[in-house]
Parts: sequence; structure tokens; C-alpha cells
Amino acid sequence: MTRLLEIKGLCTHFPTPKGVVKAVDGVDLQLEKGQVLGLVGESGSGKSITGFSIMGLVESPGRVTAGSICFKGQELTEASPERLRSLRGDRIAMIFQDPMMTLNPVLSIATQMIETVQAHRPTSRRVARAHARDALARVGIPSPDERLSAYPHEFSGGMRQRVAIAIALLHEPDLIIADEPTTALDVTIQSQILAQVQKLCAETEMGLIWITHDLGVVAGLADQVAVMYAGRIVEQAPVDQLLDDPRHPYTQGLIGSVPAANQRGEELNQIPGTAPPPLNRPEGCAFRPRCPRAGGVCHTEPRETREGPRRWRCYNPVGAEITA
Amino acid sequence: MIVEQRSSGDGTLARAFQGIAASPKASLAAAVCLLLLLAALFAPVIARQNPYALTEIDFFDSRLPPMSESRDGMIYLLGTDTQGRDMFSAMLYGLRTSLAVGVTAGALALMLGAALGLIAAYLGGRWDAVIMRVVDLMLGFPTILVALMILVVFGQGTWKVILALVVVQWAYFARAVRGTALVEAKKDYVKAARCLGLSTPRILFRHILPNCLPPLIIIGTIQVASAIAAEATLSFLGIGLPITEPSLGLLIANGYQVLLAGLYWMSIYPGLLLLVLVFSINIVGDRLREVLNPRLAT
Repeated sequence: MTRLLEIKGLCTHFPTPKGVVKAVDGVDLQLEKGQVLGLVGESGSGKSITGFSIMGLVESPGRVTAGSICFKGQELTEASPERLRSLRGDRIAMIFQDPMMTLNPVLSIATQMIETVQAHRPTSRRVARAHARDALARVGIPSPDERLSAYPHEFSGGMRQRVAIAIALLHEPDLIIADEPTTALDVTIQSQILAQVQKLCAETEMGLIWITHDLGVVAGLADQVAVMYAGRIVEQAPVDQLLDDPRHPYTQGLIGSVPAANQRGEELNQIPGTAPPPLNRPEGCAFRPRCPRAGGVCHTEPRETREGPRRWRCYNPVGAEITA
Repeated sequence: MIVEQRSSGDGTLARAFQGIAASPKASLAAAVCLLLLLAALFAPVIARQNPYALTEIDFFDSRLPPMSESRDGMIYLLGTDTQGRDMFSAMLYGLRTSLAVGVTAGALALMLGAALGLIAAYLGGRWDAVIMRVVDLMLGFPTILVALMILVVFGQGTWKVILALVVVQWAYFARAVRGTALVEAKKDYVKAARCLGLSTPRILFRHILPNCLPPLIIIGTIQVASAIAAEATLSFLGIGLPITEPSLGLLIANGYQVLLAGLYWMSIYPGLLLLVLVFSINIVGDRLREVLNPRLAT
């Protein structure tokens, strides 16, 4: 059986007057049907660009310069724009961070949903509308018939995100890329939406890439977690192993930075420094300047180490002796 | 469906109406516009005479001052012209022609300009460069000069005047739409629409264009006024509309020839009407700009 998604050596670069910004620089990812992959990293680590690369919507002047994206056996990096367009919204859908911005303010929910249905299936407005209503009901929107005729500003943030999810689910896609979809919502709404998504995933067997910087969300949702830093995946593992026993010092730092509820008064852990500027990344391991375990070997690019289902890129993984 | 349609433009249109109603000056101007529009629409009903029907015109009644009586007992409210036409009726018909030409030209220029502006903004790159350089070029030339050149090349006629007006006006719309569309195209809903696999024309005209409406409404209003004024100028210069169906500008031009002979009414009254028309439209347009422009609104 072919994998749902297999990304190998993906590079997405943005040529700028000051130099080439390597937003995504050699990313490998695999995703099986019905699996949830958490893609974690700081702002600017290339998570979102990875998502857009899969969609074929990297904004100019950026483009995928190397690597392959294989979706259900089809190579997407070589697919025609027309082919990509027919996949988008149909087989691959995306959910965005800010539900206030992703719905067109001047069109009713019905209009926006019906046009999405009709963009991929030649159906009548009536059938499309019924389909849209069912989709709204499925994501837990009360009285979907009435809500269909409403405009985005008449919905609360959480409801809008539900609408956005309903639109993404219209054609029961095989893959959903969710780009920090709960970051802009408050915690109670966030957990409702997470539960809903988890349920829908299990029901429909779709693959889900959940892009986030919140390890707490990943812990409850994902099967696999990939940690990105400066355009590369530094560690990937099943979620329990990654959280309980991180190998990369950066992953360890991320886990340590999550404030726990019972830690009042204790100083919060933090990773010193900031992510490197994209035009001026350090040689070798990009995390080296901030890494407590860095040594002389880290001046060369670390190779990938594999161990069962896990892989990481580090010379001095957590739990091993530090080599200088 | 009806409910849907009405509420879709809701925000913008409702704000426009409220904004006009809130200002006495704009309300008055809007009322005048409406009155003149109705007068133009119902000109055949209101006018006592069809100024185009030569059989109804009595040559012996020519050059009569305002309020004089015709031989069959009709009062010429605003006098008659050199042919014996009732000035009041001629002005109603002239208003009709001026408005028709101005509104048609404005609407066509809006469509053309909006489409090109959207394309420039969304496709960017070479398209943007070419379209916007042409816009700069058009805006660099004086309106009347370009219109004159077009009419000299293509000859006279109502549609040719409209063509000339569209050619000189589309650039204003294109520039305004491009500016707004550039901002809109960066917003997430456009990205989301692309992620849903919608086609480019659909995203352009169904998603981005409605969000560019406020500046379009403002410029549309002001450009209609300027189209009417430009048409009047062209007709005054004698290269506008055909002489058989005089617009306000042509009426002014006809009267102008005898103005110094003391027959003031033949050009003063059409001139006043033109002034009131253009002035009221501009006042309404200015008010719309105050209400709809997010930068001026607090």
C-alpha cells in the first residue's frame, strides 16, 4: 500500500536581494492514512512553509527547489497547476490560524461553502447547499440551516473556526493541513475543537498534519511528532517517546519551557537566545549557539540517527555522553 | 435568496445611506440629484414640446425671452432658442442625454478599470507593470486632450463620445482598485480560497472585488460628474454629440453664439443646470468618501 504522504529532502527557498532564505531545507516526513502528525517548532522554523509547499501555494518569489512530495503515489512537485488546483480543497485541505481572517467578510457562509462544493463537483445549488448544511452539522454548529445564511461577522471566533473546518471537510479530503488552527482561540474552545477534530479524523480515516508551537496540544492529539528548527526536522518520534524521552536538546528545551500548573513560584525553564536569522544561520547544527550540550563536533552538520521509529539530528543527544 | 442578496452589500450601502442622511448638505445634494434623475427619466412627460420634432417647433417663436407667450398661448418658461425651441423642454432632453452619456461612460469605465486593476494586483509582475504604466500614461495626459484626439480620429457620434470618456476615465478606477486589491489579496481569506481550489477568475471577481467596493463607489460617483462635464466640454467645442440631439453642453454652445447680443437665457440656464448637476453629484461623492474611507472614519 502506498503511503498517504511521503516527503523527501524538501527544500523551499526564497531568493531575496540579501541572499537566499532557506525556509525549508531538507525536510523528510511520512504520514499514513488516519494518522495525526504534529509539526512543532518556533515561529519562523519553516512549519507553515512546509504546509504551503505541500499545497503548492508557496508565495512568489519562493519555490520548491529540491526534493519530492509524494501524495498517494503522485508526485506533487511536478504536477501541473491545474492538477494541483483540483487536488486543493478536494483531496488536500488546509485550515488556517486566524478564523477572523479566513472567511470572506462580504460573502455569506452558504455562498462560500456552495462555491467550494461546486468547484470540485458539478452539482446543483440545492444539493450543494444540503451538503454544506450537513458539513456544518458535523462540526457541531447548532441550527445549521439558519447559520448557513449568516455572514462571518455574525459568528464567534470558535464558531468561525468550526465553519472553516467544515469547509475543509466538505469533500472528505485524504489529508488536512491545519496551520495553528487553535492558537487564536481560548482554551475551552480549543479543547472542544481538538476533540471534534480527533473524532472526525477517526471517523473518516484522513491524515492530519497539525502545525503548532503548543506541545500540550500535540500531546493530546498527535500520533507522531516532528520538531522543526531552522528549516530542518531535528527530531521525529511517536508522541509518547518524544515527550517522555526527548533526544534532541532543542526538543528537551521546548518541553521544559511549557509551564506546568503545579510549578508556581519556580523559575520557568527557557531556551536561551532566539532562533537564528534565516539569512545568517550558523554553520553546522543551527541550534549550536543556544545548545547546552554543544561541542566542537557541532560545527559540522549532524547526520540523521535512526533508532526504531525514531530519528534525530544531533551529535550529543540527551542521555548520551557529550563529545567535545 | 432575496434576503441574501439584500444583505450581501449591506455594510457598505447601509453606511453610505446613513452617512448621506446624517449630513444636511449631502441630503440636499442627493435630493437634487434624484430630482434631476427623475426629470431626465420622465422628460417626455414633463416637457411641453418635443425639441427634436421639427414640426412642433414654431420658427416665428424664436429668440423669445423667458415667460413670453407663444402664439397658441403656451408660456415659454425659460424662453426659446434661435430655432424657436422651448428652452425648458430642450434642457430636459439635454439633461437626459448628458446623464445617459455620463452614467454609461462612468459604468463602462468602472468595469474596464476594475477588471484591469484587479488583474494587475493579483497577477502582479509583468502584468502589473504593463497595466500600471499605461495607467500612469493615461493619467499624465489632460483628459480633454485625449478625448479630443480620439474624437478627431474616430469622428463624432454618441457612442464615440462614450468611448472617448471611457478611455480617459478607466485609469482612475484601475489605480484605485489595484491599491485596494493589493491589500485584500494579502488577506488570509484569499489564501484560504486558493487552498480550496477555487479558480483565479472566481477569486478575483467573487472574493476580492466585493471587498474593493467602497473606493469604487466613491470614484464612480465623482467620475460620473466629471464625465458629464467632459461631455459638455466636448459638445461645447462642437465635436461631441450630434447636433440633432443636443446635450447640455451643446445647448450652452448654441446659446453662446448669441450671448453677447443680449439673449442670455439660451446659454445661462443650461449652464446653471449643468453646474447644479455636477455640483450635487460631487457633494454626494465627497460625502461618500468621508463615510466610506476607512482612513477618514474614526
